[in-house]
Amino acid sequence: MKLDLRLPIGLMFSIIGALLAVFGFASDPAIYQRSLGINVNLWWGLVLLVFGLVMLWLVRRGTARS
Amino acid sequence: MPQIQLGGIDYAILVVYFIFVLGIGWALRRFVRSSEDFFLSGRSIPTWIAGLAFLSANLGAQEVIGMAASGAKYGMMTSHFYWIGAIPAMVFVGLFMMPFYYGSRARSVPEYLRLRFDEKTRGLNAITFAAMTVLSSGISMYALAKLLELVLGWNFHASVLVSAAIVLVYIFLGGLTSAIYNEVVQFFLIVLGFLPLVLLGLRDLGGWSGLSAQLEPVATSAGYPAGAWSESWRHLGSAEANPMGVEWFGLVMGLGFVLSFGYWCTDFLVVQRAMAAESMTAARRTPLLAAVPKMLFPLLVIVPGMIAIALHHSRGGLLPIGADGTPNYNLAVPVLLAHYLPSGLLGLGLTALMASFMSGMAGNVTAFNTVWTYDIYQSYIKPGRSDRHYLRMGHAATVFGILLSVVAAYAATRFNNIMDMLQLVFAFVNAPLFATFLLGMFWRRTTGHGAFFGLLIGTLAAAAHHGLTLPHGAEPGIKGAFLGAALHVYPSEMAQNFWTAIVAWTSCFVATVVISLATTRDKTDEELRGLVYSLTPRITDHELVWYKRPAALGIAVLALTLVLNIVFW
Repeated sequence: MKLDLRLPIGLMFSIIGALLAVFGFASDPAIYQRSLGINVNLWWGLVLLVFGLVMLWLVRRGTARS
Repeated sequence: MPQIQLGGIDYAILVVYFIFVLGIGWALRRFVRSSEDFFLSGRSIPTWIAGLAFLSANLGAQEVIGMAASGAKYGMMTSHFYWIGAIPAMVFVGLFMMPFYYGSRARSVPEYLRLRFDEKTRGLNAITFAAMTVLSSGISMYALAKLLELVLGWNFHASVLVSAAIVLVYIFLGGLTSAIYNEVVQFFLIVLGFLPLVLLGLRDLGGWSGLSAQLEPVATSAGYPAGAWSESWRHLGSAEANPMGVEWFGLVMGLGFVLSFGYWCTDFLVVQRAMAAESMTAARRTPLLAAVPKMLFPLLVIVPGMIAIALHHSRGGLLPIGADGTPNYNLAVPVLLAHYLPSGLLGLGLTALMASFMSGMAGNVTAFNTVWTYDIYQSYIKPGRSDRHYLRMGHAATVFGILLSVVAAYAATRFNNIMDMLQLVFAFVNAPLFATFLLGMFWRRTTGHGAFFGLLIGTLAAAAHHGLTLPHGAEPGIKGAFLGAALHVYPSEMAQNFWTAIVAWTSCFVATVVISLATTRDKTDEELRGLVYSLTPRITDHELVWYKRPAALGIAVLALTLVLNIVFW
């Protein structure tokens, strides 16, 4: 493959996930009233971060094999 | 509605996305050496990438916003666009049509028509397709910019120009590969950006059963049976019992057969993604793989509309009311984003909306530059030049394709009626197309004259049907009856569209058969090898493990779709 597409996908979602998680951690809990009291930024940020890191891990495994 | 206020984190997410989209184009620029690289990705795309791009190119902003709007307006019946429409058609194109598209080495759908039939059939298809792609990307650009202006207060011109410039840069740099790679990124962004919205909405309303219960008053207050908004098939016995105003036959034939097969099997915008795949097996698996997430998309794009209308009904006035007294269904997604998502995820949701817009536009632009360069420029304007010449033309076509889209977007702001009229004309041209392909691929006796005049007759039949019928409550004019009389009044616009498609398809089918039999064969069996089913050696997949074989995948996809239809019956 010309460019392992999993690399930019992994990087982008790791960055966005980390941004959201940190923001969720630091933000005023009052803004989560509309999201049913759940700190969605923190939780969804962590989901995106894990998704991004899994993609990056697949890239590493792919290059190690070839 | 009050405008949504965005915070720094929201803009940060949007900027990260823009950087990656442009970065992918930049990283891929050195792989573009020949026109084949630029227009067909050098036929080197792995299945999973081609499959997700196949899906994403179709997942434009109009799809996301439009399907949610239909979810609010018609409820769960909208799922027919997926479970009776798209999925069976995607299985068909993968199993039965891809062998001819990919195997013939045609570089585009119009080029297949030239190989199979003749020059005039290709010309007709190429010119209408090229005009249609540019216009439709312009119209969706207009729709998106209007929406952003309304909900965010963003400047209309800035939205149009910035989004067009970004798409231009990444396609110009990396051609189809760049468009396809970005479509995969956009696919993940759309899914991960809208999913929290659906999860929060369902949690708020008490899951599917809570949502269904809240939709009952929506249905009964409009005079329909209580389950009309949450059940897909039960109310299709008569056109009066459901909000879509269609009965099962019109739906299955019009939407399921003619319109869906016509779109997924003949529209170069999606077929191009599969043609770029690295091998015949990869090309055949592309639509099949795409069908798996596609069948779950109703959850992502239709359910938000249903949540919005349930909230609108029970908690009062969520959706702004338009001038005609009905809620503005097109705002279902943005309103819901603002209702549930705090700063942060709100930025992710809006980025997903931008991503869906860009994937749709890039799909149109890459299909346009290919058809323009290969099927119009190389065929009729300057044949026989060097490959470098056509590669340069491809770059130029990307620029003026996008410029034309921008012009179309501005034209839409001033001449809304002309745009509607053009879209109507294109709908007439597209409706009969699947009959031509079906006969061309499966009946070797079909001749070039039969195909060309069959298409024209099908198009005229569509126009005539539309011009002599009217949806309930509409004024004669663009909605129908422009030929002077309304011989039949359909319960809804949807029903009229489905029947226009059925009439067009049937007329084209019959006319093509009759004219083909009346004209002499213009291609020998030898010339049709690889282009017609009976003259092409069967592809055997025995060397593959059974679960990797296209046929097994296709059956599995259809079985799962059947289960979904029954569960949400």
